[in-house]
Amino acid sequence: MSHAKLNQYETVPFSRIYSLGASRGDLVVTNDDIAGPIDSSDEWIRQRTGIITRRRASTEQSLMDMAVDASKEAIAGAGISPSEIGAVIFSTISHPYQTPSAATLLAELIGANPAPAFDISAACAGYCYGIAQADALVRSGVAKYVLVVGGEKLSDFIDPTDRSISFLLADGAGAAIVGPSDEAGISPTVWGSDGSHWSSVSMTSSLLDFRDGEASWPTIRQDGLTVFKWAVWEMVKVAKEALDVAGIQAEDLSALVTHQANIRIIDELVKQLKLPESVAVARDIVNTGNTSAASVPLAMHQLLKDGTVQPGGLALQIGFGAGLAFAAQVVVLP
Amino acid sequence: MALSHDEVLAGLAEIVNEETGIDTDSVKLEKSFTNDLDIDSISMMTIVVNAEEKFSVKIPDEEVKNLLTVGDAVNFITSAQG
Repeated sequence: MSHAKLNQYETVPFSRIYSLGASRGDLVVTNDDIAGPIDSSDEWIRQRTGIITRRRASTEQSLMDMAVDASKEAIAGAGISPSEIGAVIFSTISHPYQTPSAATLLAELIGANPAPAFDISAACAGYCYGIAQADALVRSGVAKYVLVVGGEKLSDFIDPTDRSISFLLADGAGAAIVGPSDEAGISPTVWGSDGSHWSSVSMTSSLLDFRDGEASWPTIRQDGLTVFKWAVWEMVKVAKEALDVAGIQAEDLSALVTHQANIRIIDELVKQLKLPESVAVARDIVNTGNTSAASVPLAMHQLLKDGTVQPGGLALQIGFGAGLAFAAQVVVLP
Repeated sequence: MALSHDEVLAGLAEIVNEETGIDTDSVKLEKSFTNDLDIDSISMMTIVVNAEEKFSVKIPDEEVKNLLTVGDAVNFITSAQG
């Protein structure tokens, strides 16, 4: 049976990141501020994590406040109107509503209404998941410009007495505008998951257990050593594959921007990858802490802001965390 | 071919040296990783992964907490070599 001829999206060959935006929690929280309930010390926390301060949001600063600030900076940097945004992707695990999504409200608040908008839950891999999706949407012709935000207010989901991860966690939002390009600006993404370690980084209980009085407020916890092992030795393979599919060598990189989980993971990754000293390594965790989905864009933004790297260079970005989930791609620095 | 007890000790001492800078002669069977060698849990996991590669053995994560001394690790690796 014949039918009328359909239109389909016209593809574009390349995409790139146009700009970044960053917003961190308004409070600077020192190790001494949090060491008491975990019977620890500034020295112990610095040695185990590299963190000197972490940024957390006050009760007056919401996840959405940070997402809006970061998004507005990225939109201004891209030189586009918010009305030109064809999709809003918000990666977060700390939006305190099961529904509606954080992305639809963000789209409204930044003037991108009625752009399609949705959240993704891939924890610390979430921003890189978002960049993969934005790249696909742009190159397939579905959207001209896509706003990708990784944002968290993790301090709403921590236990001050938890020694596994709470003392690492921080609040912030990073944003990127992805759009069409004359040359390749985002490599193929190496991404995946490993649900066999589903409980390695997770909440202490479900919301149903909390509702039924069987558990206290759910907070984030992890099996630190299992995660450390996976984050270094499995992610080394992912990083190498990402360079391979991008068609470049380690020495072609200007920067390595990993999820800012722990300085020991970052240092061990650098060692295992045998990166040349010419490659700048993002260590934003030292001053910002671990902001999950926000950490990669915040760390890249900082490298650009302080002049450590220049626009046009290549950066390998890699996110990894709860799920377990991971994603890595090489991008041209905006 | 399986390595001897002494060969495993020597190999493990090299791994500990590489990770921590501790002199290989200080890595003796009776030494506690935590109390004597001042090796923290993250460095211990790095040593474990390097030992797995070097000796072609599998050291389960849940077993690591039982490896209190250098001797514990040497015994485990020697047995695991089959």
